[in-house]
Amino acid sequence: MTTTGSGEHLPPALRTEALEQLLTERGLIDPKVMNGIITEYETNVGPLNGAKVVAKAWTDPEYRRRLLEDGTAAIKELGFSGPQGEHIVVVENTPTRHHVVVCTLCSCYPWPVLGLPPSWYKDPAYRSRVVREPRAVLSEMGLELADDVRITVHDSTSEVRWLVLPERPAGTEHLTEEELVPLVSRDAMVGVAKVEAP
Amino acid sequence: MSAPLDIEGPTAPPRANGELVFSEPWESRAFGMAVSLYEAGGFTWPEFRTALVTRIRAWETGPTRDEPWHYYRLWLAALEDLLVSQGTVSADEVTARTRDLAQRPPGHDHRDGHNHTH
Repeated sequence: MTTTGSGEHLPPALRTEALEQLLTERGLIDPKVMNGIITEYETNVGPLNGAKVVAKAWTDPEYRRRLLEDGTAAIKELGFSGPQGEHIVVVENTPTRHHVVVCTLCSCYPWPVLGLPPSWYKDPAYRSRVVREPRAVLSEMGLELADDVRITVHDSTSEVRWLVLPERPAGTEHLTEEELVPLVSRDAMVGVAKVEAP
Repeated sequence: MSAPLDIEGPTAPPRANGELVFSEPWESRAFGMAVSLYEAGGFTWPEFRTALVTRIRAWETGPTRDEPWHYYRLWLAALEDLLVSQGTVSADEVTARTRDLAQRPPGHDHRDGHNHTH
């Protein structure tokens, strides 16, 4: 026995499969292409890309200048581009200025350099609260900022994706670009953490 | 006092992905479908974003939040909304096909990776 209606109570897995079948039958999607896209985002595109960008900016002042001037172009130099990366703006954290990124309306995020967003980034609590009380939210996430540090919250729009260039930690002056890469965390590039020296 | 944020573990190291990207296989299919259609020119990303924002706002401002927050459910609903508004599919045919799939006898659904020893 079934009732006619929206079908909202059927499992989303089945509804997804149904939609995929219909679109495939109409030649609108190719499951092989789709599998490739999924694998790419599950295994290849991720915060390691962003970490390479940051490490290069830390060790190459000319690259840092280009990155802050035109993030998209400088990131593309390293071979990272794609959907959600059409217009990336990079903001630099300093001892007195802290930037943190959110998408209050949905989940916009710079995929080519950070991969897909973590669940806390999409969560209604983070999205609504970080704008109202950034210092408290950052503190809950383990980042205590001194009172004199100015915090700027960047809300993603339909065009702009933000990437934070974290501060290079003290005591890493002797490290090479390659050695710096593993220190750079995803959370530091969203602005909810700092990079720690090893 | 607001509920604490859902923070999963320590800061993720910059390996390929900081955490599991999809918690269930269907979420990855819903994601892949949207990106495939976008890459094939089926819609622009701002069009999809608008549909997603609409679904998220509806959840957040709904009179009763009887549905728990589930990002990819909203993602799937947004994708369907957009495809329906374009006339690419109708909600009824998606529902009809979903019901057909639900009628499959157990053991005939090979997509879930069940083993079929009975």
